[in-house]
Amino acid sequence: MRNRDDRSQPPTEGPANQAAKLPSATPGGGPNKPPPAAAVNRRDFLKGSSVAVAATAMATAAQEAAAADDKQVTIVAGAKPVKVTLNINGKATDVTVEPRTTLLDCLRNNLNLTGCKDVCDTTNCGACTVIIDGKATYACSKLAVELQGKKITTVEGLMQGQNVDQVISAFVKHDATQCGFCTPGFVVAVKAFVDANPGANLDQIRKGLGGNICRCGTYDGIAAAALELTKGKKAADRLIAPATAIASACCHGSTCSKGGA
Amino acid sequence: MATERKHAWGPRKDNVLIGKSIQRIDGVGKASGAAKFSADINTKGTLFAKLLTCKLGHAKVKSLDAEPAKKIPGVKGVHLFKKVGDEIRWDGELIVAVAAETEDQAEDGVKAIKVEYETLEHFVDEADLAGGEKAGRNKPAGENKKGDVEAALKTAKVVHKGHYGIATISHMCLEPHGSHCEFAGDQLTAHLSTQNVSGTPGQFAEGMLMDAKNVTVIGNYEGGGFGSKFAIGEWGLACAKMAKELGRPVRLMLDRATELKVAGTRPSGFIDVTIAADADGKIVAWDSHHWGTAGIGGGGVALGQIPYVYDFENQSRRQTGIGCNVGPNQAWRAPPHPQACALSQVAIDDIAAKLGKDSYDVFLKNLPSTGAKAGVYEEEMKIAAKEIDWKAKWHPHGQSPDKGPIKRGLGMAMHKWGGGPGACNCNVKVHPDGSVETFLGSQDLGTGTRTVIAIVLAETFGLPLSSVKVNLGSSKYPNSAGSGGSITVGGVSGAHRRAAQDALWKIFDLVAEKYKVSADNLAAKGGNILNGKDVVCTWKQACGLVGPMPLEVAGKGPVQDGLTNNSVGGVQMVDLSVDTETGLIRIHKFVSVQDCGLIIDELTAKSQVLGGLIMGITYALSEERIMDNKTGRYINADLQNYKLARIGDIGELVAIMYQPDSEYDRGVVGLGEPPVISPGAAISNAVANATGVRVPVLPLTPKRVLDALKGGRA
Repeated sequence: MRNRDDRSQPPTEGPANQAAKLPSATPGGGPNKPPPAAAVNRRDFLKGSSVAVAATAMATAAQEAAAADDKQVTIVAGAKPVKVTLNINGKATDVTVEPRTTLLDCLRNNLNLTGCKDVCDTTNCGACTVIIDGKATYACSKLAVELQGKKITTVEGLMQGQNVDQVISAFVKHDATQCGFCTPGFVVAVKAFVDANPGANLDQIRKGLGGNICRCGTYDGIAAAALELTKGKKAADRLIAPATAIASACCHGSTCSKGGA
Repeated sequence: MATERKHAWGPRKDNVLIGKSIQRIDGVGKASGAAKFSADINTKGTLFAKLLTCKLGHAKVKSLDAEPAKKIPGVKGVHLFKKVGDEIRWDGELIVAVAAETEDQAEDGVKAIKVEYETLEHFVDEADLAGGEKAGRNKPAGENKKGDVEAALKTAKVVHKGHYGIATISHMCLEPHGSHCEFAGDQLTAHLSTQNVSGTPGQFAEGMLMDAKNVTVIGNYEGGGFGSKFAIGEWGLACAKMAKELGRPVRLMLDRATELKVAGTRPSGFIDVTIAADADGKIVAWDSHHWGTAGIGGGGVALGQIPYVYDFENQSRRQTGIGCNVGPNQAWRAPPHPQACALSQVAIDDIAAKLGKDSYDVFLKNLPSTGAKAGVYEEEMKIAAKEIDWKAKWHPHGQSPDKGPIKRGLGMAMHKWGGGPGACNCNVKVHPDGSVETFLGSQDLGTGTRTVIAIVLAETFGLPLSSVKVNLGSSKYPNSAGSGGSITVGGVSGAHRRAAQDALWKIFDLVAEKYKVSADNLAAKGGNILNGKDVVCTWKQACGLVGPMPLEVAGKGPVQDGLTNNSVGGVQMVDLSVDTETGLIRIHKFVSVQDCGLIIDELTAKSQVLGGLIMGITYALSEERIMDNKTGRYINADLQNYKLARIGDIGELVAIMYQPDSEYDRGVVGLGEPPVISPGAAISNAVANATGVRVPVLPLTPKRVLDALKGGRA
């Protein structure tokens, strides 16, 4: 059973990257994600819900969800709020939350750090990615109360006043944003990836960033931004997998005014 | 003044900003998380709302008791969408909203609600024409005939009968539909995730029985809409009602499953077609019947778009809508062109194969039937073919030289769109210190609207982008059309060019008078007012002549003055491989050649194209709504089982902007829709080329590919 709640491995070995190593790394095969794993969502369990959708097939999911709906769901109210001190972006931050409160909800709703977004709330999309002790982590996969003593970096920590992190600058340069809703999560994922994998090539970048989803289609710019930050290797070295690699270093194709490779 | 002043774009070669690759001005805000979306608004005292939905395909509410929710700690109020006896028409219909101090407490409240349903008979199999007929769900949706199809079929060299389809998809906006509503006295401020800032105050006012003048809609940033965010929705109204009733701000964003189920889908399409051609590859007859669903009312892919782009001499077309117990459709990027393209241009490719001809030649041969764009298509085909090396790489369908199980192939498709300018009013202020700002009730969906406006103003006034501020996203600013159908870039750039030129001419007149020069010879460049090559004064000095108050000019549009235009084409070609053992498809290279008139910002224009290709790859290969016939449920309404492409899935993308001077001279035309249209047909055609087998229905999942391969040659 894969623990859906745990994305706390190093970026190169996180579930996203494990997923990317599966042979089915095309949309046709299920975009870079493993098949649904039978798992009880720890957070839902802690939240007191008995509706933990466990399914290995979607038809099964539908039937089980239907069965769950028929039952009278037992309400187990969360335990009393507790005060915790979290180290967020280098600052000790006091916050009072229920034990069941996720880091995502705590950051967004209690602390107004809204750069991390609530998109799936089920550790699939990466829009809430933060860095915990140097590792890219889905904020929806952690409870706030379990993170005392950990070093948490949110996207807000990458821009202090006029001091803009180079990841943000690279995203702007390569137009790696459209609507912008997935962007902060991607920026944090790229930050963690680049820090852990200096010199990564395009193929590694594409595998390493498989844990985040964009709907507008900004992947080309994101890959170009990440490649600029890892400084790549020689252009030729990037083409280790001609079937998947972008042939040039530039996201905008051979006609880009910035030039190709 | 001696010379007639006429609104126009400047000579292309003189542009400093227009047509260049300019970074978007809100890029840092978005990438740093500083940009606040509606889902991020959390003013003091905000309550969080969660929804109880019905997860049955068709039912009636037998009993409903929301009182227990009110006893849950933290719960402050409930809003009932349904009452006992009401019909539930599809999975995901809203029953109750619960507002509480925290999201978790609101969920507790939802779980405490007692509700019972009487299950009714449902029908959700949108591909099943016969089943729909049997269930009494089919509704004729029109037919149209011209020429003599039967006679043409008799004399044709080859006749091909095909069946094709394309599944329903959801918009899947990453920021779900919803709003944050707050009252101050009788004044409602709604931060709304919308493509329609100017058009939504009236919707709140109507539902709230209040004056629209007391409603302000704010939409600074919107996390995806793609056509689905023009209305406030019953959830938007519920949010405002609870805010009013509870005297507290309320934030209600749809949960992910509900977003997929009820907030917008793109209709499906399935087609039986007979197509015939003469020996030269000229298509002489088209006879089709297509069906699908847009929701409970039937509907589907509009008849007039079949066959897509081409308009053959002898055509017979018929459409049937199937009323299904599924969430309602909304406009989805280029409605319904992607489906029409995927249902039509696969048949053209198949008859080319049957003729033993190169698909390229048959698409080319029939270009005269596309109308006025034929010449542009031909040029774009040449460019795309060169980029993808079509002539060298193409082989007859199924005759891939690859020896192993992985077969490579090429495919193409072409598209069209209008993209004429939408209504836009703006108020441009030139301050006495030379800084410039504009106000308009438009919105930037991520298409680069802010940046385009800033470029137009800065170019016109000869200023750096940093001198210009763009204020949009408030319904208190001058009205601007909702952003849909690629009408925004033309609307805002035309209106701003007009306003800026009007302002500039006034300033020129003041400068001419002050410095005793002819206004006709003045130009604004590099922060100065020039008379020929001589600097007359700085821009700031010139603006100082206006007086103590800013010069304020209204811009309007659309106006038929040549600044904007409509109608684009576009050709796409793809090179991919199919693993015939696993059914996996891998994109190698995807080339888009796109015309769109005058380009304001090449960087964001290309991003629109690249985004279109990626969305296209997604709906072509993996993305679909899956309805369970037995339960009537949308069973993959989550981000795990609703498969979106990820960064490793897209291959090499090449966005070539077709930009001869003839395009620049046309003026600005919208670009958002067109690049997302062709990928479905192009990818399907490339798979047919690789394998010699047509996989009939999109998305081309491994299972569908393997099933088609098992079934043998198309």
